[in-house]
Amino acid sequence: MNTPLLSVDNLTIGFPNTTSTVTPVVRDVSVHIAPGMRIGVVGESGCGKSTLAYALLGMIRGAGVRVHGTVTYAGAQLFDMPPAQLQHIRGAEIALVPQNAGQSLAPHRTVYAQIAEVLEIHQQLQGDAAWQRVVQLLADMRLRNPARIARRYPHQLSGGQQQRVALAMALAGQPKVLVLDEPTTGLDVTTQAQLLALLHALTNDTDMAMVLVSHDLGVIAQTCQQVMVMYAGEVVEMGDTADVFQQPHHPYTRGLIAAMPQLTATRLPYAMPGQMRRSATDQQCAFLDRCAFAQSVCATTAPTLEFVAHTRAVRCHHWQTVATHDDVDSTATPLLDRAPVGEGTPLLAVRQVSATYHQPDWRWWVRTPPQLVVAQVDITLTPGHTCAVVGESGSGKSTLARVITGLHQPAAGNVYLDETVLPATVTQRSQDARRRIQLIFQNPDLSLNPRHTVAELLYRPQAVFFGRTRAQALPHTISMLQQMRLDEQYLNRVPQQLSGGEKQRVAIARAFLADPDVVVCDEVVSALDVSVQASLLQLLVDIQRQRGTAYLFIAHDLAVVRAVAHTAIVLFAGHVCEQGATAEVFAVPHHPYTMQLLSAVLTVPRRTVQPQVNLPADDTTLTHGGCPFRQRCPIAIPHLCADVVPPWQQVAGSHTFRCHHPPDVLASLRDQFALPTT
Amino acid sequence: MASYVFGRCFSALVTLFVVAAIIFVATEVLPGDVATAVLGRDATPKRLAALRAQLQLDRPASARYMDWLYAFVQGDWGYSLARPKQAILPLIGERVRNTLWLSGIAGVIGVLLSLLLGVVAGLKRNTWFDTLVSTLSLIGMSLPEFVIGSLLMLLFGVIWALLPAVTIVQPQATFTALFPSMILPAVTLVIVMVAYILRMVRSSVIDVAHSDYVQMAYLKGVPHRRVVWHHIIPNALIPTINAIALTVAWLIGGVVVVETVFNFPGIGRLLTSAVSDRDLPLVQALGLVGAVFYIGINIVADIATLWLTPRLRTQYWRVADE
Repeated sequence: MNTPLLSVDNLTIGFPNTTSTVTPVVRDVSVHIAPGMRIGVVGESGCGKSTLAYALLGMIRGAGVRVHGTVTYAGAQLFDMPPAQLQHIRGAEIALVPQNAGQSLAPHRTVYAQIAEVLEIHQQLQGDAAWQRVVQLLADMRLRNPARIARRYPHQLSGGQQQRVALAMALAGQPKVLVLDEPTTGLDVTTQAQLLALLHALTNDTDMAMVLVSHDLGVIAQTCQQVMVMYAGEVVEMGDTADVFQQPHHPYTRGLIAAMPQLTATRLPYAMPGQMRRSATDQQCAFLDRCAFAQSVCATTAPTLEFVAHTRAVRCHHWQTVATHDDVDSTATPLLDRAPVGEGTPLLAVRQVSATYHQPDWRWWVRTPPQLVVAQVDITLTPGHTCAVVGESGSGKSTLARVITGLHQPAAGNVYLDETVLPATVTQRSQDARRRIQLIFQNPDLSLNPRHTVAELLYRPQAVFFGRTRAQALPHTISMLQQMRLDEQYLNRVPQQLSGGEKQRVAIARAFLADPDVVVCDEVVSALDVSVQASLLQLLVDIQRQRGTAYLFIAHDLAVVRAVAHTAIVLFAGHVCEQGATAEVFAVPHHPYTMQLLSAVLTVPRRTVQPQVNLPADDTTLTHGGCPFRQRCPIAIPHLCADVVPPWQQVAGSHTFRCHHPPDVLASLRDQFALPTT
Repeated sequence: MASYVFGRCFSALVTLFVVAAIIFVATEVLPGDVATAVLGRDATPKRLAALRAQLQLDRPASARYMDWLYAFVQGDWGYSLARPKQAILPLIGERVRNTLWLSGIAGVIGVLLSLLLGVVAGLKRNTWFDTLVSTLSLIGMSLPEFVIGSLLMLLFGVIWALLPAVTIVQPQATFTALFPSMILPAVTLVIVMVAYILRMVRSSVIDVAHSDYVQMAYLKGVPHRRVVWHHIIPNALIPTINAIALTVAWLIGGVVVVETVFNFPGIGRLLTSAVSDRDLPLVQALGLVGAVFYIGINIVADIATLWLTPRLRTQYWRVADE
């Protein structure tokens, strides 16, 4: 192995707490990064992976302090360096791509000015030469029309474009080490696939080392040769990515992999018990209370990071047992068990619903045409049945949820409950109709009143819908909390005192206390870590089986949809592309867009066959008439698809799609995509 | 952009028209009309009727409003009632000039000082300097202007007798003659202004300094000094433009209390005496002049904010999409 370029030795970083001691968030981490190495750092939120990433650039965010240990670049210690000298290394030798490019790009300067600043500082490049270089960098990012992008401000770019500009900015200084902090989190699957492919092309066969921090095992599997798994600030396992993901030696790594929803899975993702806690003492294993393999020694002696092969290390007393143990997810609920509880009459029906938004304009006298966001969508929900709506951001998924719940008045079409038309707005609907349709939002931080206790939050729907007093409501509240696997001690907490998963459980409890028939779940698990996500999915499936509730499940993650939904509707720019039973649609997709979405889903271990069809290099805008997908379609027929709305075609039963191509053309396209389920 | 400026100016004119109407109505509905105000104790029904006819007060209010506004726009602002034979326009003119001098000096010094102190306090958050500046500004904000003014007057005008405690020169005096009398009122105004604006600037600088994009600037190797000048200051000052505009409008709109304390011949003091004299034409004219300044300064601030904020500015450019 080459001599390391960047070394982290015994680094411990902590945050001072009230008792004038330091709570460590990174504990005794050592890692050596050689030129050309691509290493992934994976773990749940709060495991210290981002703190480690920023420490690689000699920065500790917030009130954090370095307790001990060093970060050494080319023989010099970053934390002992005078600030001016450190600024020469940042951006030029070690560069960072931040998690949220939208907020990390300065709002007051053009893309050109921000990238040129790096060139000016580190390479003394100015004027024409700088302009040429910036345009070249943007062109390398496969941004169409780079000169125009260079003149724009960050807010004029889409999320994918912003992230590529941030990447261009990091590469402008020609760094030896590139650190990426959750570079694709918050992007659509297809945009993520494009960015990862780009990253692969840019870093392959170069000497640049890469450290990629992510909570998504799929991203790491796709991009990195080596992986480091972190738990509660400690490295629990490291080694070659393929080895670690194929044969995990640490129970936490096993749990993480099993918690990841997979398109090919036959069971619900495995829900790891408990939640991450920093160990109270140094004498026990941090993973102790969540571990299925724990024995008495784990509570008395903290395991050390033990090298079990040349590049493979694990922090577990019983790694040999773990490594040879059977599949961890054999306890999870099999998907086939989940046949719909009740069939027959439609409970909720959406018929030919279209929705538009007016774009506000300060020139009140100008009439701008409304923007179409949902076009003639039909959905039928039967009791005990989950229908998923999948699509990218901007596909109209959330607007559809708002129409169904009466928060947005549709431009056309109706919503039926028990085959009677519901009034368009929630204020016109009867109390009972409102009770029967509940909505759970993506972000419980925004949907739960931060000043109310859990007891108060869960009392409100009972008071509104059943006229219960606080005393009458309490037993119902407690039994609902128990169903959510929370207990009575949560009653007096406010949302701030809960973890992300607990908040979402409270939001779910609030919806179910109205005793609804239909629950609209708008991206309810997408902001959560995989292990928390797995337990919430299990919870939703369990409640559905007990109560026969119907779900409209809005999501962008196809693997999650595969795990919970009976039927699926694929939406592109407000138009339905394909629909049918989830198993059929995902196994034999017919619409090119469904194929693109499925091929962009990342798997662990990484798929050996990569998609053959390149995705278009840029984001597209919605156009009217013809097929909405034509600009991104690899097999669009020049005039036909632009002018004629594609017809519905039937595959089998309820599985239908909308395309001009005959099934045999689509079948050969499907072969090129090398989808995981075919 | 041009159409935005045009649109704003148009809506400002509409606002002014409404404000003028409100001023007119307010002075109309006050008990007693101009005739009773003019005649005062000498009012007999006969003389009142004669004066009303002479002043055309028997015409409908709407017609008189349009006449008044039309004359006003043409520069015919009428005559003061309490100061017989004095035309209002030149009377207000010299007072406006004096107030503009005073508020100009106070405004320039106050804005520059508060930006400087606010930025430094924000950058050096939680140091002794920040604590000192924040505490002093809180004291400055809590003390009423007349207390600060009286204290300054006592110290510099009476005890040390360096500067005139009150203005004794005539309103039409030259700038040099008036200057010594402007120092103490200006210092009073600066203290009040700085206390207010610097707190805005400080919190804005702290917000921006903790933003992701400033952190990103450090991470791409930008030296500290350049981060401050190129990234923190430009973004931190934009939200303070409107606070500055409000303060400046408050200054020009007649700093009634300070002018009264120092007997300074500006529009603030003219307004107080006009109100107590029930000099209705003068009150109307002063009200309208104040409104013009207030609305004008706010337009300037809005356009400046728009111009300096790309996110807002680009809404009004047609960006051709690829």
